[in-house]
Amino acid sequence: MQRIGVFVCHCGTNIAATVDVKTVAETLGKEPGVVISQDYQYMCSESGQNLVKDAIKEHNLTGIVICSCSPRMHENTFRKAAAAAGLNPYLVEIANIREQCSWIHKEIATATEKAVILGRAAIAKVHLNAPLTAGESPVVKKALVIGGGIAGIQTALDIAEAGFDVDIVEKNPTIGGKMAQIDKTFPTLDCAACILTPKMVEASQNERITIRSFSEVTDVKGFVGNFTVKIKKKARYVDETKCTGCGLCTEKCPMKKVPNEFNMGLDNRSAVYIPFAQAVPKVATIDPNYCMMLKTGKCGVCSKVCSVGAINYKQQDEIIEEKYGAIIVATGFNPISLDKYDEFAYGQSPDVVTSLELERLMNAAGPNGGTLLRPSDKTHPHTIVFVQCVGSRCDDSKGKPYCSKICCMYTAKHAMLIREKYPDTEVYVFYIDVRTPGKNFDEFYRRAVEQYNVHYIKGMVGKVTPKSDGKIDVQASDLLANEQLHINADMVVLAAAIEPDKTARPLATMLTTQMDTNDFFTEAHPKLRPVESATAGIFLSGACQGPKDIPETVAQASAAAAKAIGLLCKNSITCNPCVAHSNELMCNGCSSCEKVCPYGAITYIDKEFRMPDRTTKVRRVASVNPAVCQGCGACTVACPSGAMDLNGFSNSQIMAEVDAICK
Amino acid sequence: MNKNLKEQVLRSSGVNVLKCMRCGKCSGTCPSYDEMEYHPHQFVYMVEKGDIETLMKSPSIYKCLTCFACVERCPRNVEPAKVVEAVRLAAVRQQDGNHLSPDMIPEMLDDDLPQQAIVTALRKYAK
Repeated sequence: MQRIGVFVCHCGTNIAATVDVKTVAETLGKEPGVVISQDYQYMCSESGQNLVKDAIKEHNLTGIVICSCSPRMHENTFRKAAAAAGLNPYLVEIANIREQCSWIHKEIATATEKAVILGRAAIAKVHLNAPLTAGESPVVKKALVIGGGIAGIQTALDIAEAGFDVDIVEKNPTIGGKMAQIDKTFPTLDCAACILTPKMVEASQNERITIRSFSEVTDVKGFVGNFTVKIKKKARYVDETKCTGCGLCTEKCPMKKVPNEFNMGLDNRSAVYIPFAQAVPKVATIDPNYCMMLKTGKCGVCSKVCSVGAINYKQQDEIIEEKYGAIIVATGFNPISLDKYDEFAYGQSPDVVTSLELERLMNAAGPNGGTLLRPSDKTHPHTIVFVQCVGSRCDDSKGKPYCSKICCMYTAKHAMLIREKYPDTEVYVFYIDVRTPGKNFDEFYRRAVEQYNVHYIKGMVGKVTPKSDGKIDVQASDLLANEQLHINADMVVLAAAIEPDKTARPLATMLTTQMDTNDFFTEAHPKLRPVESATAGIFLSGACQGPKDIPETVAQASAAAAKAIGLLCKNSITCNPCVAHSNELMCNGCSSCEKVCPYGAITYIDKEFRMPDRTTKVRRVASVNPAVCQGCGACTVACPSGAMDLNGFSNSQIMAEVDAICK
Repeated sequence: MNKNLKEQVLRSSGVNVLKCMRCGKCSGTCPSYDEMEYHPHQFVYMVEKGDIETLMKSPSIYKCLTCFACVERCPRNVEPAKVVEAVRLAAVRQQDGNHLSPDMIPEMLDDDLPQQAIVTALRKYAK
């Protein structure tokens, strides 16, 4: 006979204000098998847990039901308490009467009734609970960082520093990401390359870090501590081990009309190229879309001039399979496409540029060698208009609903730098709000206004019209003066909203991690677990989780590294014992479960069975690897013969719960 | 503040003025801006405050071209032109207003004007 204890938590007033906890405890106390039923103000507190422990010992309980908050919150707390009192932790069931009851109901009578039903269902389930023992699985002491921007680089450096091997997978030919394209950083105005490139070099020289550039993750299998990842190493048609990065091939390549991605298409590069001077790895890459040799078979100049014979036109994509204990996502962001915003004339005039393009126009390694010139006629602009919030803070039908966070600060930076270098230039910034929360951020913006005389105008630009004389008419409202302005500008700079990289969505599917509606990765808890994803062993670093500036990105990158190191330090991790198992006598070998298993935990074996007539027969049956199974339950749903069942969540337990609810 | 009038304008325009983030793009884009006493962003804000009578008395309601540039470009999808239109309708349909008196009819008469139109107009706009 079962001896079950029921413990009803008030959670202060969180539950007790809407649910009559005394009645719940009293009613559940009459359920069959229940020998003790109590309520308490905070069951999760030390004294609340002691109450549970004492009751287990005193009444020799065989199972307990805690009516409290979500099991995500405190299931572990009570499992530990039960274990401390000598009860198998898997004989604890939680009835969620907070999130699923008191918080969503207003009437005490109905909420109390529902709490009783939820408690009854949990009691029915605990009747069928079996003690389970958690196994252990080893941890592969190596991490994978997906994305080689500043977030990925910082995470990799920190993990390597702690003594673990790290691979960085970067889809572009070089690491560095967006930060490599930025000219100066706010609020200190130090040169981005000067602080980034040493880190890139450090990453490449660290013997624990392997940089897999021009590669993409194509498949992820496994689970925390033991991921198997397939990485596609794209053909760069250059032998990385031989190339010295001398750049002779890029000089001699006759195909020089390829838009240069690094300079945002503002100038051209050759078909064989090194993205920028400080690229890591400094290795040439041939662009197959433009290379004459690869397209028509006629040319081969690069191969002739290469003194080390690194060019290989026959190179193929290669798939590499590696095992990792932890995966850190650092896929970053991109500015949005501005095709939808005709009113800003981005596609109509080359002198209407995005802020990232302006970074390149002002950079010493940019298309104009650091002199700010209009892209159209290469003359000095004398009036520049900045437009904030282009595509940010929009209704869903018009753009991104969120604030892109970095634009206010980089616009203040651009305005200040232009006024500093070209004092004869008038700079106007149209803003809706200036948002500068951050250390020394508002002081920075005030400097732009007070010291550099940047004209900040509260209002939005309504229409940008390129004129035949090469000037640009900017029509905007000045809300504080209550007037409509027309500014005769030479250049317009648009602070385009930022969005997660396009590769993030398919990656989230591979990693079985969650994303929000904007394709930013969702953290396990918005306040308390900001760098972990809800999937164990997957961590988040940088702007893939939400818009961030460089200081915040680096802070989060190190935090993600710390979490990953915490995992990699362990020799083994405790497995979840609530895994699937197959009843071999019922299994008909149909392979349905094998097909749906996202972890590859199910294999089929041929096994000998004794038949009733004393003959033996070999049958094909499913077999679950408990170390790989994560207990998701997909197989139990797919199994047509009902042979698959989940420990701790068996079909009979779920039916018992349903019966108890419908009673 | 006239609550009924505000409710009427909100209902007939179908606009949620609370979506406005006060960026002023509607007024930045408005081709009739200089002709108007109250500008598109002010329409939205004054309707939110319930100050509709002021708008109804202003010639601004007839200066809006209904070109829908503000509707097209509003980042928050507030649709200011529909608010202006709703205020205009409220003014036109204002009860107890005497917009037309029988002695104004003779000079408006036109051979092509159907008699029924005159009767309808009188019913609709005369006190």
